[in-house]
Amino acid sequence: MGNGDYLALAAGAANTIAVSVLAIAIGTPLGLGLALIRWGQIRGLDSVVAALVSLLRATPAVTLVLLVYFALPTIGLELPRFAAGVATLALGSMAYNCEIWRAALLAFPPDQLDAARAFGMTRGLRLRLVVLPQIARAALPALVNEMTLLIKVSPAVAVIGVIEATRAAVRIGAATYNPIPPFLVALAIYIVVVGAFVATQRMLERRHRAGLFA
Amino acid sequence: MIPHGIEVLWEQRDAMLAGFLTTFAIATAAAVCAGLLGLMLFALLISRVRAVALALAWLVDLMRCVPFMLFCYLIYYGLPSFGIVIGNLMAGIIALTIYNAAYIAELLRGGYMALPREGIEAGSAFGFHSWRLLLHIILPQVLLSSIPMLGNQMVQIIKDSAFLVIIAVQELTFAANEIQATYYVPFASFVCAMLLYWVLCLAVEGGVRAVLTMAEARR
Repeated sequence: MGNGDYLALAAGAANTIAVSVLAIAIGTPLGLGLALIRWGQIRGLDSVVAALVSLLRATPAVTLVLLVYFALPTIGLELPRFAAGVATLALGSMAYNCEIWRAALLAFPPDQLDAARAFGMTRGLRLRLVVLPQIARAALPALVNEMTLLIKVSPAVAVIGVIEATRAAVRIGAATYNPIPPFLVALAIYIVVVGAFVATQRMLERRHRAGLFA
Repeated sequence: MIPHGIEVLWEQRDAMLAGFLTTFAIATAAAVCAGLLGLMLFALLISRVRAVALALAWLVDLMRCVPFMLFCYLIYYGLPSFGIVIGNLMAGIIALTIYNAAYIAELLRGGYMALPREGIEAGSAFGFHSWRLLLHIILPQVLLSSIPMLGNQMVQIIKDSAFLVIIAVQELTFAANEIQATYYVPFASFVCAMLLYWVLCLAVEGGVRAVLTMAEARR
């Protein structure tokens, strides 16, 4: 492997990180939105969301990315490869995160809501000041776990030609007839990226605990 | 547009069905093999031989950092470097098996850690040792408590099997992609594939619920 190959792997790693981080930034709040729809038991919408989430959770990322990239243009929505990749991973992340947020909402003690209502807080205020800060902390480990899973399915976007870390490694392996070294570098990249997410979670938890006992 | 797509898909139903059956066969074969390999790894993970248990725990953790697609390529392109030449279908099943066995071993270990120690201690007090303790005392409890997690892993195997399209295994996503490329009906073919994956995953969920009810009834 020459210097150019390391550069190509670094560019691939940058793509992996960019696709994953964007998908997480879009998918996590969307998942919360869907969870709130289900939590609020908005009639009609509720069961539609439940079915959509169940379908998306059963769909392999590879299949979904092909659908997004090839089928959206037929309804006049042409996405470039990178955007299609982000959209696909965000959809999957939305579905998984919806279930995580919903579990946190279902575990939320209702008497706190009654108390907030008794103090005359509006629905929006109750959500923002009472519910969200607490469920965000409760959901954090599951959310981070989901983020690491997303990074591990992110190579799926290579199917539509986004050159991320895995694809870059395969190309170098094919060009040098020696697939093992680039694969090991790619593996190291994933370990570092996944490790960074887990370390961030630990840091947030430590900071919260320090705040609690301060 | 969409009625046309459905029409084309109906004409190509044999190809779609063949892909569906291949996905089903691959996922079933990989699940059985991964289950057995996972059990063996689990036995070694909780064994008294510290060096083996530690080395294996490290390997399992490493495997959980690898994206399946990378691992799949590694098996497909890497094994020939060691003189092992296998077809793409076989490579796919081997990759699915080893990858998921690591996850299964880890989730079984989680179930084992959550078991109350008293039952196991009583078992060994009654003279159950090593593999008989494992087989008669530990495994039944661990497997029972891990049923939902094993179901999740089964769903994961079904979804991971779609990655095999990259090494040209002719499974469901491959079939949908072929039809899409030939007749230009991307919407109908991929939505159809998604619905078929959904059917498989709902069947697994139903199976898990049935087994849980059965286990509850026998208690």
